Amino acid sequence: MVSAMRERAILVRDLRMSYGPVEAVRGISFEVDKGEVFGLLGPNGAGKTSTVEILEGYRRRTGGEASVLGFDPAARPRELRQQIGIVTQEGGFYPRATVREGVELAGLPYPSPRDPGETLELVGLADRGEVRVQDLSGGQRRRLDLALALVGDPGLVFLDEPTTGFDPAARRAAWEVVRKLAELGKTVLLTTHYLEEAQALCDRVAIVKDGLVVAEGPPGSLGPGTAGYRVSWRENGSRVEHLTDDPTEFLNRVTGEALADGRTLEELQVSRPSLEDVYLDLTEEAAR
Amino acid sequence: MSLGGLVLGQYRFERKMFWRNPSAAFFTFALPLLFFVLIASVFSTDSDELEVLVPGIAGMSIVGATFTALSYYLVQLRENGILKRVQGSPMPASAYLAGLLASAVANAFVSVLVVVAVGRLGYGMDANLDVLELLVFTTLGVIAFGGLGVAFAFVIPNADSAPAYVNAVFLPLIFISGVFYSADDLPPVLDAIARALPLKHVIDGLSGALVTGTWPAGALLVLGVWCVAGVVAALRLFRWE
Ligand SMILES: Nc1ncnc2c1ncn2[C@@H]1O[C@H](COP(=O)(O)OP(=O)(O)O)[C@@H](O)[C@H]1O
Ligand SMILES: [Mg+2]
Repeated sequence: MVSAMRERAILVRDLRMSYGPVEAVRGISFEVDKGEVFGLLGPNGAGKTSTVEILEGYRRRTGGEASVLGFDPAARPRELRQQIGIVTQEGGFYPRATVREGVELAGLPYPSPRDPGETLELVGLADRGEVRVQDLSGGQRRRLDLALALVGDPGLVFLDEPTTGFDPAARRAAWEVVRKLAELGKTVLLTTHYLEEAQALCDRVAIVKDGLVVAEGPPGSLGPGTAGYRVSWRENGSRVEHLTDDPTEFLNRVTGEALADGRTLEELQVSRPSLEDVYLDLTEEAAR
Repeated sequence: MSLGGLVLGQYRFERKMFWRNPSAAFFTFALPLLFFVLIASVFSTDSDELEVLVPGIAGMSIVGATFTALSYYLVQLRENGILKRVQGSPMPASAYLAGLLASAVANAFVSVLVVVAVGRLGYGMDANLDVLELLVFTTLGVIAFGGLGVAFAFVIPNADSAPAYVNAVFLPLIFISGVFYSADDLPPVLDAIARALPLKHVIDGLSGALVTGTWPAGALLVLGVWCVAGVVAALRLFRWE
């Protein structure tokens, strides 16, 4: 029994946070198991960063419960900080340090840091170790950001919008790193507003909108859900679309009517709505 | 790694970064010496003038190495997110700040040493040398101006405005505190302001150590108050973001 129990890395229940009168997080709940890659997916302003910064210990919640590796993140115990890695996306580099010096400095306060050279290897900066941080390209800085979060060999890594502003090559490289983290058995909490990123990387996703979780589950399960099937065809030059939960009955009826009228249903298609449709539906619904 | 090890690691790193920043090295070490040499040359080098100038420039160096340097540096660290990164890391705040402050303190002591050495060896000033008194007043100046520098960094809104904020304090301060000339016959209002601020008292103390051989008790008292005020202000105003 015990061995079958999954160990929990993060527990968030009815989390709330306000900036003055603005309530950015309005009762978010989710759980992340150890070794899982969990995504908070949602449009800008949904409350993703606020949620992550509460878990990182940067911000204080105004309500609800939060536990990270068994600790209250608001207390910011050093023992917790030694076990998490934070990708800030806000720079925070000494411009005149070399890449290696920066990584070495960041590794000092961890009980068993990863070797700096190995860390640079992991993020693809092995040949940039002697370069000053100020001379790095934008993409290389993002890799350094990752290196600084990983040098302590943390079990849990927070990545807030790890690929926003990346070109496709840089994005693929960042995805590789996240996959590598998953392979190494790390727990990852990432936020993104790119649906395909959540689909590509996450074991489970919570879709966040206006400070609330509007759907949660493995990316695959969010796809069809209750939205059923989409049947569409071309008629008089424009596309006609119907959603149905019983495509057999529906097709039988519309094709029967078309045959009786002597019409053809051009480009007839039956499809499952993509996660993208679900994402748009959910986030639009919540906006209404 | 032990707390001491972390302080040392941060200190070593800060030393390296300091020497890689030409403008920090210039303002901390070269500028006081430049003023020293230029003024000493312009006003010839009679011993009266030197006896004002050496303690004055030494006092100014303390302000430059602590107040000015720390204000600039902490604004940069805050604005580019380094402080926020440290806050989220397991680096204890005390070890981080100790390493950072130790570097500024080292600069202050070295630059006082250089000014005194140039005065004595270069210009032959040999009025007096009370090493203990020199250490005491340098230390008091470092604590007061170090604390005020940390605090002032969090009054400055952003990196762009840092030079204006810092010089609006630094320049008037050195002009009324008797860095370049004896401040004995200032207009009463300026004199009162100078006496309320710490630099004049640091210079009085250094002058006691290097020239007159007396211990100015009033200066000790005022500086003691400023040390407390500086440290309290630093602790109250410090923020990570
Ligand atoms: N420092 C702040 N002060 C006031 N409001 C903020 C602040 N940061 C974020 N917000 C507001 O809180 C909401 C959630 O923001 P955020 O957590 O950054 O969302 P996301 O990361 O999903 O884009 C937004 O409406 C945003 O405008
Ligand atoms: Mg965000």
